[in-house]
Amino acid sequence: MTPSYNFAFLDEDTKRMLRRALLKAVAIPGYQVPFGSREMPLPYGWGTGGIQVTAALLGRDDILKVIDQGADDTTNAVNIRRFFARVAGVETTEHTVDASLIQTRHRIPETPLREDQILVFQVPEPEPLRTLEPREAETRTLHALADYGLMHVKLYEDIAQYGHIATSYDYPVLVDDRFLTSPSPIPKFDNPKLDRSPALMLFGAGREKRLYAIPPYTKVESLAFDDHPFEIQRWEHRCELCGSAESYLDEVIVDDRGSRMFVCSDTDFCGDRRAEAQA
Amino acid sequence: MSALLQVRGLSRHYGQRIGCEDVSFDLHPGELLCVVGESGSGKSTLLSTVAAQLAPSAGTVRYRQRDGEWLELGTLSEADRRRLAREEWGFVTQNPRDGLRLNVSAGANVAERLMALGMRNYSQLRGIARSWLERVEIDAARIDDAPTSFSGGMQQRLQIARTLVTQPRLVFMDEPTAGLDVSVQARILDLLRGLVNELGLAAVMVTHDLAVARLLAARTIVMQGGRVVETGLTDQILDDPQHPYTQLLVSSVLTT
Repeated sequence: MTPSYNFAFLDEDTKRMLRRALLKAVAIPGYQVPFGSREMPLPYGWGTGGIQVTAALLGRDDILKVIDQGADDTTNAVNIRRFFARVAGVETTEHTVDASLIQTRHRIPETPLREDQILVFQVPEPEPLRTLEPREAETRTLHALADYGLMHVKLYEDIAQYGHIATSYDYPVLVDDRFLTSPSPIPKFDNPKLDRSPALMLFGAGREKRLYAIPPYTKVESLAFDDHPFEIQRWEHRCELCGSAESYLDEVIVDDRGSRMFVCSDTDFCGDRRAEAQA
Repeated sequence: MSALLQVRGLSRHYGQRIGCEDVSFDLHPGELLCVVGESGSGKSTLLSTVAAQLAPSAGTVRYRQRDGEWLELGTLSEADRRRLAREEWGFVTQNPRDGLRLNVSAGANVAERLMALGMRNYSQLRGIARSWLERVEIDAARIDDAPTSFSGGMQQRLQIARTLVTQPRLVFMDEPTAGLDVSVQARILDLLRGLVNELGLAAVMVTHDLAVARLLAARTIVMQGGRVVETGLTDQILDDPQHPYTQLLVSSVLTT
């Protein structure tokens, strides 16, 4: 641990401000709470929101796991994990079951989460209506009045153009039958895991200066049409490393002749299954 | 028959300048009222104020809802105002690009208001959108085309379809045919006349074109400098104008 920094990098007043915003976010599921986002030693888009939420939550006994697109060993994940190991001295892990706090970019772990775990999402654009309505004052009014017909315009366009709802990530959800919410750019494969999850889910958008939350066991509904219901992605392949047929698969090009393989995006889940198979 | 809309002593000022001053009129169900006047005479200000898009400086606007209850628009909350605009009213702008959502297809434009009312069945939405495109004489095969690929006249017809699809009781139109060439104007006016009769809508239409008033409106209001200078049956006003300004307007219409 680097002694010249306060525990978990941020000063105590900043962490207190963040915690107050987080409490408000948990009290109003799906509502975007403004907060005073700080400069972090990390560029915008790399998880400045998530890292601030994690810093505000970390205690000395926490065990931290960081994933990026499901993997523990990618640049973003390694950097953030090492960052907190240095400025907070907390224990880190790559095992989902051992972690008390998981910061994630664009995935929810395959291993079911528990009540004593918190998942922190990195969010680039917290406003699900933004591509349809550029005015912030207007989107806030739409949220206040729960006037969400506009979101279906986007889904309508998908079906009109592609024959099915082609939105495959950052798929809009309605939280607790009230607030339209961006689940962050997770694949829609992960949307069902948001619904009534035992773990607390917190979302931080550093550049946009917004926090929001999905408390444990909250209803989360993915939007759809009556005759075009919500569906998750499916693959004809199994993971080539662990043989899983129920996890989210990444397609990896393995040579310069276009050969490809499908492997689990969740490296911890895949590794555990392979270890079990060998044992 | 009881009125749909009651406007009493309505004024809207922009600081020291007058937008419109002391305007009163009644609008009955199924009636089309034209507001004519030169540019800068306060027509559009009046329309926006009546449609509760601008707050009045003085005066009242009352609207009778579907259930027969009168609403005082000045005291309406933002939520109620939007509900009215969504469920019972329509607004057609002069420039179709202001009233349309340009980055989504024509079909989505028509279906948007239905989705805002909670319709969640794609094939049903699609069917209604297609039938409305045909009603405003747009080829239904262009349902998935962007409105930007439409001509000006088609865009205006698309905006009319998008506004009327929810069968509003009251429609506000701000010079819907200005900026279109004469033959297109004629077709749109013809279309509007047909739809207004068929659906039994009430409408307030702002125009600087007296021919439009003669073609569509039973009653006309003439405005100058923000004030109403003459009001009455359209034929009476156009054939026997009393106020000097109206006489000037009528005499300046080119006749061939």
